[in-house]
Amino acid sequence: MTRVAMVITRVRAEEKMLLEVFRQRGTDPELIRDEELVINPSVIDPRWDEFDIVLQRSLSTSRGLYLLELFDAWGVPTVNSLRTASICSDKFKTSLALAKAGVPQPEVRIAFTPQSALEAVTELGYPAVLKPMIGSWGRLLAKVSDADAAEAVLEHRQTLGNYPYHVHFVQSYVEKPRGRDIRAFVVAGETICAIYRSSSHWVTNTARGASVEQCPVTAELQDLCRRASEAVGGGVLAMDVFETEGGFVLNEINHTMEFRNSIEPTGVDIAGRIVDYALALAAQLERGEGE
Amino acid sequence: MSEIACVECGAEIRLDEDVIQNEILPCPDCGVELEVMSLDPVQLALAPEVEEDWGE
Ligand SMILES: Nc1ncnc2c1ncn2[C@@H]1O[C@H](COP(=O)(O)OP(=O)(O)O)[C@@H](O)[C@H]1O
Ligand SMILES: [Mg+2]
Ligand SMILES: [Zn+2]
Repeated sequence: MTRVAMVITRVRAEEKMLLEVFRQRGTDPELIRDEELVINPSVIDPRWDEFDIVLQRSLSTSRGLYLLELFDAWGVPTVNSLRTASICSDKFKTSLALAKAGVPQPEVRIAFTPQSALEAVTELGYPAVLKPMIGSWGRLLAKVSDADAAEAVLEHRQTLGNYPYHVHFVQSYVEKPRGRDIRAFVVAGETICAIYRSSSHWVTNTARGASVEQCPVTAELQDLCRRASEAVGGGVLAMDVFETEGGFVLNEINHTMEFRNSIEPTGVDIAGRIVDYALALAAQLERGEGE
Repeated sequence: MSEIACVECGAEIRLDEDVIQNEILPCPDCGVELEVMSLDPVQLALAPEVEEDWGE
């Protein structure tokens, strides 16, 4: 029997489904609660050494990354991999990986001071979007329509004590046809399903209440997502895709995806596909086939 | 199957047999998110505020 552990902060609908599917497949995952851990990097927890695969589902990005570092150092296989998580948790690293792989994305600049960031916005033109490099659920996103607004937002960011907010990520604003964008669910390079997220607001995160509808997985979408998956190291990924006149562009990639709202409209057993991927990866590694 | 009161609005919430510690349950009446803090006895609390680096 494959020995599975799942790292959690909370048991949300997603984790509940994943646990249930693992049990249906004949393995009862050990739950590792990140809030209870005290870690000594020099001593491998003997319990952890026994796992064939660890599914990292922490709600907290930073906890997730540290734990993946630890598992990686100790040779315990994880979903996702440290490399994938470290690229996807950072919008600039993602942008860089996509650029290297020739995957289309909105125009992006990063800059380190409000002055240089303002120059970047001017270069890209208005409206533009300012977002934190590390963030989720549409938090602290700003769409700026002119230099006054951009200056004000950049100045505010500068007064936030947190240094990550002082690295400015600037993107050109992409107009959404019918107020929608695409969320594609990608497992091992294959787009298993996709949804349109629609909102009257320009931010379409489902965590912000966007409505959801099935989106056909065309050959073009399949190809874009396969290349993006390869670019960030593969695994279990959720990709935000914009439709433009020139074709799809890839906005960002999430490595600890939420999917509770996407099962019903797509009819795809997303939890089942994740679990099967994790179990197949564990079996493959056990046979010594590498990744 | 057991029942427990929502800590926010007092509505009775039914718990499944397979309820898990740290599980998040939305209250069907008032909509707050509740967290299962312990199982024996079952105790609920308001789910924590989202932290800055929480998300996907
Ligand atoms: N450059 C952009 N143009 C148009 N809409 C955008 C742009 N960037 C983000 N958005 C909207 O905001 C949402 C959240 O942005 P995203 O980059 O995915 O950050 P998060 O990590 O918070 O989800 C996107 O799904 C999209 O609806
Ligand atoms: Mg997003
Ligand atoms: Zn209630």
